Amino acid sequence: MGRASSKEDAGALFHSLRSAYAATPLNLKIIDLYVGFAIFTALIQVVYMAIVGSFPFNSFLSGVLSCVGTAVLAVCLRIQVNKENKEFKDLSPERAFADFVLCNLVLHLVIMNFLG
Amino acid sequence: MAAVANMPVSDLLKSFKLKTKQQELLIRVSILCLVYILAFITRLFSVLRYESMIHEFDPYFNYRTTLYLTQNGFYDFWNWFDYESWYPLGRIVGGTLYPGLMVTAALIYRILHFLRFAVHIREVCVLTAPFFASNTTLVAYFFGKEIWDTGAGLVAAILIAVCPGYISRSVAGSYDNEGVAIFALLFTFYLFVKAVNTGSLAWSLASAFGYFYMVSAWGGYVFIINLIPLYVLVLLITGRYSMRLYVAYNCMYVLGMLLAMQIRFVGFQHVQSGEHMAAMGVFFLMQVFYFLDWVKHMLSDTKLFQAFLRITVTCAVTVGTIALGLGMLSGYISPWTGRFYSLLDPTYAKDHIPIIASVSEHQPTAWSSFMFDFHILLFLFPAGLYFCFKRLSDATIFIVMYGLTSMYFAGVMVRLILVATPAVCLISAIAVSATVKNLTVLLRSKNKGVQTGSTKGSGSSKASSKALLDQSQPFQKNGAIALLFGAFYLLSKYATHCTWVTSEAYSSPSIVLAARGAHGSRVIFDDYREAYFWLRQNTPPDAKVMSWWDYGYQITAMGNRTVIVDNNTWNNTHIATVGRAMSSYEDEAIEIMRSLDVDYVLVVFGGVTGYSSDDINKFLWMVRIGGGVFPVIKEPDYLVNGEYRVDKGAAPKMLNCLMYKLCYYRFGEMLTEYGKPPGYDRARGVEIGNKDIKLEHLEEAFTTSNWIVRIYKVKPPNNRW
Repeated sequence: MGRASSKEDAGALFHSLRSAYAATPLNLKIIDLYVGFAIFTALIQVVYMAIVGSFPFNSFLSGVLSCVGTAVLAVCLRIQVNKENKEFKDLSPERAFADFVLCNLVLHLVIMNFLG
Repeated sequence: MAAVANMPVSDLLKSFKLKTKQQELLIRVSILCLVYILAFITRLFSVLRYESMIHEFDPYFNYRTTLYLTQNGFYDFWNWFDYESWYPLGRIVGGTLYPGLMVTAALIYRILHFLRFAVHIREVCVLTAPFFASNTTLVAYFFGKEIWDTGAGLVAAILIAVCPGYISRSVAGSYDNEGVAIFALLFTFYLFVKAVNTGSLAWSLASAFGYFYMVSAWGGYVFIINLIPLYVLVLLITGRYSMRLYVAYNCMYVLGMLLAMQIRFVGFQHVQSGEHMAAMGVFFLMQVFYFLDWVKHMLSDTKLFQAFLRITVTCAVTVGTIALGLGMLSGYISPWTGRFYSLLDPTYAKDHIPIIASVSEHQPTAWSSFMFDFHILLFLFPAGLYFCFKRLSDATIFIVMYGLTSMYFAGVMVRLILVATPAVCLISAIAVSATVKNLTVLLRSKNKGVQTGSTKGSGSSKASSKALLDQSQPFQKNGAIALLFGAFYLLSKYATHCTWVTSEAYSSPSIVLAARGAHGSRVIFDDYREAYFWLRQNTPPDAKVMSWWDYGYQITAMGNRTVIVDNNTWNNTHIATVGRAMSSYEDEAIEIMRSLDVDYVLVVFGGVTGYSSDDINKFLWMVRIGGGVFPVIKEPDYLVNGEYRVDKGAAPKMLNCLMYKLCYYRFGEMLTEYGKPPGYDRARGVEIGNKDIKLEHLEEAFTTSNWIVRIYKVKPPNNRW
């Protein structure tokens, strides 16, 4: 296991991941994009907090948790909508999306109360 | 169970032309209605014997805050600063209580008033706990149905309706957080198990709301936020994880955490306290775990995946340990607080925090307490565990974990038998239901060459588990009938025991004492309320009362006067100051009392009635707590050869300290028992040592009719010439 072979491994890994991901349906890719955006926003907030300080802490928490929360809920939606998951084949995508919207509504109402 | 009851009743029901399914539904609904009513009325003993009043100490604080809430509205309640307790410090009530109970009672009060039932808030408070106990039986039914089947649900509802472990803290008049919290606990667990079983976001949202209600009701929510991650971890390790688990836990954790942080008392603990870190750790672990699972599903080549796995796992582990280590070392993540740490290390409180060690409810549990509170459930519990292991599913794994962890904690602290009760009832219900089902299947089977199910005689003392052979068909049926009778006999014995326990042990209001007179007539000692009412009527409104912290809540609620320390025990130094004053000579004590602006001193004395929970018996704790902060108070000064005495051979410091003087003032002339000398202390069983007591800086203001509560007024300083 020399240096060169591990580099090849990394390259092969990257390519196979890329090709496997390209095969996923479009609606799942949109959800993935949304999750990425939410995580990215959370990271920006954390960097800002590191620069500026964490007072008031409840505002920082509500900002970060709203991003993390909506990312997590989007991942749950992706799981429920994905046709490959056998456990959820009885669940209609409309019901999954309605649950997603309801949970997001509750999440953001609590965030608005917590922002202070 | 429903099958056997069906046989004679079905003829009657057939006359109504009901199908079997509808018959079953009717029987189930009527059983649940009866159980609901039973759970309520079995808790009403003290209301029938005495009157509708609030019991004990803590409920008086809850009652006072509920009164404040109904009179002043939610905003004032949420921002209330109470200047009438912990003089001169005050207490930020809005930020240091769990509002769930008060808000619930106030809501019920408003609904009843809206429907034009003009009840007093005290009646609502007294009956809140039995009402929620009835609701708990319903939740237990649905939970049992989710774990096993409807039969187990029904048995669980019946068992928990009368179980003494739960009744002890939810009797009518016990207006305390646990009355509502056990309902919230079971409800949250039910919703979470339902979410894991269905994988639906809606159920997870409901369980997050259930968790929010639990956080608002009781500090024991820490149990939920540690048990659920532990459960998730066990599922991940044993390979039973699925996508439904991901959906359920993540939604519940994020939303539940956010909702919980809305309670001011909890604050930011979910991200800063060591007790909540397990949940966060499992949250991150889940993200990594499922991400790896997804990548493995996408990659078809296992070798590449192994490489990826190695990189990710090392990264995640290093990042995790660095973060955790930094957090704990810098003190940002606080370690486990004393109250919960003493659950993991039971000897911790005795050495380090005497206040926690002094509470009688925090002592380790004796076997007799287990038998008293659980009766037959004690041996049905292992039987139920066996059945759960035979049919493992996500739900049964959960109830097994809940049962085992809660039984461990119940062994460490008497008070936590309450948390174990729902788990024990549910698991025992599984045992009873499965056994009875097997037996009745045996009874109803026709004479074929059928395999005999193992008739597990777990419910009967007369049975031994033997495998019956094919040819003993008639004996098989007889054996089943005998075992069934045994099971029903035991269950009826359980019901009798529970009712007896409720009537004898758990229905006393603590504030009103009862005893049997010489001719068997009942004698009621209502001294506490007499004293508080005297305070309310005969002292100036801004008078400050010093007493030991046990009585603080009652004095503020019923006497309506400012107190120095009360049951909240949030400031150990302030309590130690009071303890020091009580244990010093009168000259030193008066300095402390003048510095605290004390006007009245209240002590509880049981020497005339033989009441043993009085201040002289609690005195050593005052010494220990006072000595913990002020080294001038030394415990050996009050003991003689390590023995605590109040008679002639007692230590001189003991005979002249303030508490002794206040309790035994004028007691030396009193004849308490026939044939004993004057000054005979009936609670300690000795004649007191110092009968000639003179008070210099205090004067006696009031002594109740049975000498249980004694109030002294602090005299103003003498005029200078």
